[in-house]
Amino acid sequence: MMGVFARVGAAVRIWLADVGHATALFVRLMLLGPACIRRFGLVRDQMHFLGNYSLAIISVSGLFVGFVLALQGYNTLQRFGSASALGLLVALSLVRELGPVVSALLFAGRAGTSLTAEIGLMKAGEQLSAMEMMAIDPVARVLAPRFWAGVLVMPILGAIFSAVGILGGWLVGVVMIGVDAGSFWGQMQAGVDVWSDVGNGFIKTVVFGLTVSFIALRQGFEAQATPEGVARATTRTVVMASLTVLALDFVLTALMFKL
Amino acid sequence: MSFVETSLIQLEDVHFGYGDRPVLEGVSLKVPKGKVTALMGASGGGKTTVLRLIGGQYRANSGRVLFDATDIGQLQRDALFQSRRRMGMLFQFGALFTDMTVFDNVAFPLREHTRLPEVMVRDIVLMKLQAVGLRGARDLLPSQISGGMARRVALARAMVLDPELMMYDEPFAGLDPISLGTAARLIRQLNDTLGLTSIVVSHDLEETFHIADQVIILANGRIAAQGTPAEVRNSNDPLVKQFVSAAPDGPVRFHYPAPDADIDFGVRSTSGAKP
Repeated sequence: MMGVFARVGAAVRIWLADVGHATALFVRLMLLGPACIRRFGLVRDQMHFLGNYSLAIISVSGLFVGFVLALQGYNTLQRFGSASALGLLVALSLVRELGPVVSALLFAGRAGTSLTAEIGLMKAGEQLSAMEMMAIDPVARVLAPRFWAGVLVMPILGAIFSAVGILGGWLVGVVMIGVDAGSFWGQMQAGVDVWSDVGNGFIKTVVFGLTVSFIALRQGFEAQATPEGVARATTRTVVMASLTVLALDFVLTALMFKL
Repeated sequence: MSFVETSLIQLEDVHFGYGDRPVLEGVSLKVPKGKVTALMGASGGGKTTVLRLIGGQYRANSGRVLFDATDIGQLQRDALFQSRRRMGMLFQFGALFTDMTVFDNVAFPLREHTRLPEVMVRDIVLMKLQAVGLRGARDLLPSQISGGMARRVALARAMVLDPELMMYDEPFAGLDPISLGTAARLIRQLNDTLGLTSIVVSHDLEETFHIADQVIILANGRIAAQGTPAEVRNSNDPLVKQFVSAAPDGPVRFHYPAPDADIDFGVRSTSGAKP
């Protein structure tokens, strides 16, 4: 009986220590924000790198999501004679939900994994250790610029996803199906609020940027310095980041769009 | 002046272990200033651990690690980083930054720690690269150079801030005879011309004995022998003899502890009866 208690106790202690380490790292990364502004070149290079990585997949996915939204939306709306509201439906779906969430999931899969693998392999190749021995803090020099680049690049990617998705919706809804262009754009303009819709969508992308970048970097930083360790860390990045993004999305939506 | 006063590094009764596995059990040693000290011993004997303790990457469970009379284990991060700026470490496989050219790798510590104009950075980097014979390789990436060259680049990088102490973690591992000789000569030359203190962790008896002023042999978590290369070579200690003559049998066992072979192979059961 005592053995069970001891094992549970040990597991809880390990878990608490892990949460403590993660929190400490997160706080350090946040506090390193001003330092990153002073050396913005490092952040800019990473933004270019991470953004370029994800731009193609984000644009293409946005386009197809817009296509499908228009098809499905038209199908349902025309039953109630409100096909003219297609533009509003497509725009709200994208700006409020699909833009932030899907782009965050894609960012986790594309850029997050590469961050984890990069940091994990730097660790395995003793590059982080070498940096420490040169009296250079790897968290400040390597992790923080990547973290802030991820945070800054995520809203841009979310915006691109939504914009391309709306264009896709227009292509299918207006050009292919023949919904009136005036009501498509007009209803969208009248119904989408800059603050409550676009603004909240923007906040979501920032939160997801923080989440995905942090999870990816921490997984890389804590990875076992072996090929299997890095492989496991990369997989964990995708699983943990995706689940956290979806869970946070629910919480944020509940807080932002009160029923 | 006494020997103690001239030692740059001093370990006093240092105990260290990974989890439950002890690695160092009461190690005390001194590294004299201006000399090349070789740290030798079987794999897994704790040689690299000693370097990491000196660099402050690990903290001793008990005992003191003194660098220029400062207890490294007690330092806070900023003070530790100040001490590390006086040390250079060459990692076993170089640990070069794979996304940077040879030039940028060597320039990295300068650019991070100083505000020198780029013209001066260029001059210093080229001088260091010249010292290791790789001025011509400045634009190559680490993936485009050989292992021996990578280690020389790492050496240039470790020296770029003119450290007082150079630590070499297995600088000869995996090198061809020519690169090996070059690396050994470089270590000695740099130590003498720049007035450094060097610690070389190595398995290579010939080259290491050739360049070292002092040899320390670590075995089973303790110091087995300490002295000049000649003294160590002529030691009567069975363990040191085994190491110096590279004998498979002796105090250092070839086999990792295991159950009896006849039980493992099923020739005899644990009760002693034959199956």
